Amino acid sequence: MPDSAGSSQLPARVAAQSKDRSREPPALCASGLVVEVEGQRLLDRVDLTLRSGATTIIMGPNGAGKSLLLRVLHGLIQPTAGTVHWRTAGDGRPQRQAMVFQKPVLLRRSVAANIDFVLGLHGNRNRARRQVLLQTVGLADRAQQPARLLSGGEQQRLALARALAMEPSVLFLDEPTASLDPASVLWIEDIVRSTRGRGTTMLFVTHDVGQARRLGDEVVFLHRGQVCEQTPSADFFAAPTSSEARRFLAGLIVL
Amino acid sequence: MHDLDAALGLALTLVVTADADLLEIVGLSMTVSMTALALSCAIAMPFGALLGTCRFPGRGAVVVALNAMMGLPPVVVGLLVYLLLSNAGPLGFLHLLYTPGAMIIAQTVLITPIVAALTRQAIEDLHTEYAEQFRSLAVPGHVAIAALLWDGRWSLLTVALAGFGRAISEVGAVIIVGGNINHLTRVMTTAIALETSKGDLAMALALGLVLMTLALVVNALVFAVRHQTERHAHA
Ligand SMILES: Nc1ncnc2c1ncn2[C@@H]1O[C@H](COP(=O)(O)OP(=O)(O)O)[C@@H](O)[C@H]1O
Ligand SMILES: [Mg+2]
Repeated sequence: MPDSAGSSQLPARVAAQSKDRSREPPALCASGLVVEVEGQRLLDRVDLTLRSGATTIIMGPNGAGKSLLLRVLHGLIQPTAGTVHWRTAGDGRPQRQAMVFQKPVLLRRSVAANIDFVLGLHGNRNRARRQVLLQTVGLADRAQQPARLLSGGEQQRLALARALAMEPSVLFLDEPTASLDPASVLWIEDIVRSTRGRGTTMLFVTHDVGQARRLGDEVVFLHRGQVCEQTPSADFFAAPTSSEARRFLAGLIVL
Repeated sequence: MHDLDAALGLALTLVVTADADLLEIVGLSMTVSMTALALSCAIAMPFGALLGTCRFPGRGAVVVALNAMMGLPPVVVGLLVYLLLSNAGPLGFLHLLYTPGAMIIAQTVLITPIVAALTRQAIEDLHTEYAEQFRSLAVPGHVAIAALLWDGRWSLLTVALAGFGRAISEVGAVIIVGGNINHLTRVMTTAIALETSKGDLAMALALGLVLMTLALVVNALVFAVRHQTERHAHA
């Protein structure tokens, strides 16, 4: 599609822009990220650019630094070197981010109170909104139960609902479905899909190749703290460019 | 042996008939210790929570000092408060010596380190677990502390019960600053000490029975709270 800037076809251009987000400034530009702890390089010169509204899958063997990378990008850990630049919202303020941790940390309160706590942080504690969120994750009928008595899958779904209560523009998910029952996995995948439909930029760590195919726009393969490749999802699973990813997908242990 | 039997019988009668002197002494004990507990919770819980969540230079020394102060001997606390409140002392103008007020101050000083140290421990454990999640949610500091206190409410209740148990059963501090004056500053522990030395074993035993029952109730409450906490997975 030719660039129609300057022409009078304004409506057409607006429509085209809202569909094709590749022209938007990137959601994230990270460059030269290094994390060193006691002389050990846990992240090694990571450069990463993420398209706004895309779902990026992060794959890599255990200990590759996937969780660490998410923490650095989310601002929980200060990198030893390098910069993280997130696109700002319209008003120049940072965009809201939320993270679903590998192991959910729920408050020692009811399911409903866990959501209310987050809604309250933004000054919109609202019963109706809470119920909608709980319905989204299939926990509406458990609202009054102690959150910590939920099953692992239900806890992770509640953690996801809490993250969504933040109305984030950027959502991090660190192996949210690892070792969950199939029903909970389906719930979470459905929600991730509809969240993507709303234009949320997502980083999703998973070991599940099927899940990565279903949800990802592109795949970042991490190995020993280095990004080996960043490839569109379809291409990655057909023919990964790095030998580390190729061996990983072939089921070999990458050391 | 016969003396003891008689004294025990008399003691039970005092308890069962709700003897007026006995009730007065038990009532004052409860009032003094509950007030001291309320005061020390108001001071020590926010302080303990701050200490459990903040990192600053010298924090380790403060924690060590606080833990050491848990073992303050009541007589030493009594002596210090006596010096403070005596006519020549800096707070002498308050004329609190030998009043229930002085006893409340002494017990508050005695149990505030206990409540603060136990609160610090409970809140720090919770904070370790919640800290990263709270940072991710960008929870403001004061909201985080309030949330930690609320989510730790069951542990804090056992902390308060521990403080109360210490206050109600100590004798050294209240006897120095209260003086065991009949109808004015006589509490269970000072009365037991005095009546025993005077040979009135019945009253001493009756008060001892009440005190032991109270200790039993406090411990049963701690047990019930723990049980409840586990059942609701609040631990
Ligand atoms: N805060 C930290 N301090 C020290 N070492 C860490 C820290 N976080 C992670 N690591 C180490 O960094 C490596 C990568 O960890 P992680 O990012 O959790 O791997 P994964 O890819 O499995 O998520 C591991 O060897 C881990 O021990
Ligand atoms: Mg991990």
